[in-house]
Amino acid sequence: MNDYPDEYILPVDAWIQTAVDWLVAEWRPAFQVMRWPIAKFLDLVNDGLSAVPFWLFIILLLFAAWRLSGWKNAVLAAGSFTLIAMMGLWDQSMKTLAIVLTAVVFGVLTGVPLGVLAARSDRFWTVLRPVLDLMQTTPSFVYLVPVVMLFGIGTVPGVIATIIFSLPPMIRLTNLGIRQVPLEATEAGEAFGTTEWQSLVHIRFPLALPSIMAGLNQTLLLAMVMSVIASMIGAEGLGLTVLRGIGRLDVGLAAIGGGAIVLMAITLDRLTQSFAEKPQ
Amino acid sequence: MTLKATGLFKVFGTCPQNALELARGGRHPKDIFRDTGQMVAVSNVDLTVEKGEIFVIMGLSGSGKSTLVRCLNRLIEPTAGTVTVDGEDVTAMNRAGLREFRRTKMAMVFQNFALLPHKTIFENVEFGLHVRGEARDARRDKARSALAQVGLEEWGGHYPHNLSGGMKQRVGLARALASDPDILLMDEPFSALDPLIRADLQDELLQLQKAINKTIIFITHDFQEAVKLGTRIAVMKDGEFVQVGAPLEIVTNSANDYVLNFSRDVDCGKLFVARDLNARRIPLVQEGISPSELRAQMAQTKSGVAVLLTPERTAAGYVTEIDLCAERINGHDSLAHVIHSDIPTVSQETPVSELYAECALRRPVAVTDAEGRVVGAFDASDVLQQLSRAQTTRTIPAPDAGSET
Repeated sequence: MNDYPDEYILPVDAWIQTAVDWLVAEWRPAFQVMRWPIAKFLDLVNDGLSAVPFWLFIILLLFAAWRLSGWKNAVLAAGSFTLIAMMGLWDQSMKTLAIVLTAVVFGVLTGVPLGVLAARSDRFWTVLRPVLDLMQTTPSFVYLVPVVMLFGIGTVPGVIATIIFSLPPMIRLTNLGIRQVPLEATEAGEAFGTTEWQSLVHIRFPLALPSIMAGLNQTLLLAMVMSVIASMIGAEGLGLTVLRGIGRLDVGLAAIGGGAIVLMAITLDRLTQSFAEKPQ
Repeated sequence: MTLKATGLFKVFGTCPQNALELARGGRHPKDIFRDTGQMVAVSNVDLTVEKGEIFVIMGLSGSGKSTLVRCLNRLIEPTAGTVTVDGEDVTAMNRAGLREFRRTKMAMVFQNFALLPHKTIFENVEFGLHVRGEARDARRDKARSALAQVGLEEWGGHYPHNLSGGMKQRVGLARALASDPDILLMDEPFSALDPLIRADLQDELLQLQKAINKTIIFITHDFQEAVKLGTRIAVMKDGEFVQVGAPLEIVTNSANDYVLNFSRDVDCGKLFVARDLNARRIPLVQEGISPSELRAQMAQTKSGVAVLLTPERTAAGYVTEIDLCAERINGHDSLAHVIHSDIPTVSQETPVSELYAECALRRPVAVTDAEGRVVGAFDASDVLQQLSRAQTTRTIPAPDAGSET
């Protein structure tokens, strides 16, 4: 078994170490600049969520969910968040929600344009595709190492790890949606003299919207997952509650943390799914 | 607007130039495909369509007709040949020029309607105007009148999925008309509709064309539809035009077996009009003619009847030879008693299929020109002769027919 000669082992780990060291030494300012908009936006969302008292939040959620996806989901959403408040996890939940919302907003801002680009250029898609495969097959906590080295620890690096982890479905489903727009629709547009941009705005994007919304839904759920794992590098929120529970072998604490995560995930999933299904 | 295409070719494949040379050399597209794997979808097509015409391109699926019509507005780039509109070379336009051309000069109607499902009917109709950046008010007015033209002004606020197939295609037509193009390309617009709705829309298109007087290219696989709508018809097979001509010419004088196969089922009674009948056999005479003179003329023309005309050349009545002889035997020998004044008159443009009832009454029918003057007369035997002559020419294959199968 162990007869592979040591002198032929490639020092891949050392190479990567050197590369990351170099990146950290030479490019740290660039990574700090990337941090800035994410940190600002996260602060904004955090401030907004903490300014709203829990009961007002639940009432607003109830109303919004009722208007957007019917009374069943409204009751589910309001019930879930009431339960979270009753378990004493309101502040942590809002922190997690802030991380997830920030990650989704930046995910959409980068994922949709990349997806559109991938759909319009086969060459770009062939380059992008293995990158996405890599992003999706890499175990989630493996992301944390380079993120810590490049961005440090804390909630903002946690958001960055979350963005990277949750981005692929946004890109994939945007790409798929745009590519699946029927030829006859775009051909009709072309026959009336649309520019590439007009075709995108008036035809491709609206017809791809259900698929793009499904991408948003997937991205949101992945962000939810990653926001918990990101607690390992110091991200605040429900993940930290679970981590603390595990660390102290406090089964009860870990369980309510996990329960709150599940409740929040189900609520967000139902709400975004109903966007995707909404008839045109 | 005159639309003209010259030497148009479209080859699908990896090295079209090679196949193009072969096609130019007269090889059949099927042979070219077998030898080179290149698909010659449109082969050496020439066409000229004038304003006010409905030029129908008729062919079965795979004959290249949809490709051809897309070459005309360059949704598919032709491999060779030129398309000009009033002398302006469409094939030489750059992207911006082509876009402008599509926005203003040429609109298209699609087989599966191709309406945008997320836009209302009204937004669909004003789509072309929106795309070319027209101001909101102008856009609305034009879209409203286009919808009114197809009789759907009350449906503007609905979405396409609320409408039936026939209504959807009316919207497709309104969308094309809204941008007031000179040329309308219609790619099998009625093929997806059921027969009754199809017939309605065909009639409406004919009516509409009288009002708007556009240059229309109409694609269909239905020969009956082609005959009904076409000013001229091009029959297409394997990317080539097999025969181009007026519907009557194609039906009565099919170029080969292939065309004959389609035209055989066409009701000639609907194609021929009274003008096409032999209206010279029955003599036309002035009212004041003497019985003996009339008898002489009838004997000369071997016609059993004669039609009498007033000085203004309207039909006064008809006389039969038998009555005339009987009158003579009776010893009166005057025309006054034997004139039948119940003679029907029809215009030269009346379809023959509408004359059957008149002819069944065993009396002559007078044919009048646009001013109402009688130019001839016919009876049942002339109608039957015309129909049977058409039938005979259609069942005997033309001498060169064997080459095309």
